[in-house]
Amino acid sequence: MVTLTRKIEFAASHLYHNPAFTAEENQRIFGKCNNPHGHGHNYTLEVTVEGKPDPRTGMVLDLGELKNLLENEVMQRMDHRFLNYEVPELKGLIPTCENVAIIIWNLLAPKIPQGRLYRVRLYESPDLFVDCYGEEIGK
Amino acid sequence: MNVQLSRRYTFAASHRLHNPAFSDAENQRIYGKCNNPYGHGHNYTLEVTLTGPVDAATGMVANLGDLDPFVQRTVLDAFDHRNLSEEVELFRSVVPTTENLCIEIFRRLRDFPKARLLRIRIEETSKNSFEYSE
Repeated sequence: MVTLTRKIEFAASHLYHNPAFTAEENQRIFGKCNNPHGHGHNYTLEVTVEGKPDPRTGMVLDLGELKNLLENEVMQRMDHRFLNYEVPELKGLIPTCENVAIIIWNLLAPKIPQGRLYRVRLYESPDLFVDCYGEEIGK
Repeated sequence: MNVQLSRRYTFAASHRLHNPAFSDAENQRIYGKCNNPYGHGHNYTLEVTLTGPVDAATGMVANLGDLDPFVQRTVLDAFDHRNLSEEVELFRSVVPTTENLCIEIFRRLRDFPKARLLRIRIEETSKNSFEYSE
């Protein structure tokens, strides 16, 4: 089995606020991420697909198809957007790196043309990233 | 949904690789320039990976506001700008290779109360990295 990883970058803004918490609780739990005006990040997304190289093409999957999928499902939806207000899949969720990685997994997993989605790694900054492996037991 | 959260920290420290059970010649042969009696230093990058359910109310595996001070108190305060061979009790008797550093840092962070510690990864230089999990 071989894995193939493609990386893209997008910029987006968000804020962390749970209306079920008091203002003080939101401030204590989310800190400066609770700033009501929001703030932004340059996100780096690494999408890893696992599969057997096709003996005719030598490829796990067509990179062009993966590139288009990432463009349509992630870039169009999230790049230069305010995640809380403009991404319907995040409605009712705090747009943490964890939850954004999960919705990206859910958007991509059923649409991988060949092979299987193995991992979604989302960097919110160079020093913070989340790995999502779907429902499988983690390594 | 299986989610892992990783946070990177940096610290600078010195060490010397030397095992008193070996002869000077053996130490020199095995550890090479890392056996220099005066020690030497690195900028280490520590990557801490936690796993657990994403809390429905906060959207988080763990709050960095809890993790950062825990790592600061249990690891960085003891290791940053220190001589590991001289100033960390364990490394008076255990060779402070990055392998052993991974194991010691895992031991120190294992009891983080908010999520399960999955993996410790340390980059000693941009070319060398080591991982430990249990």
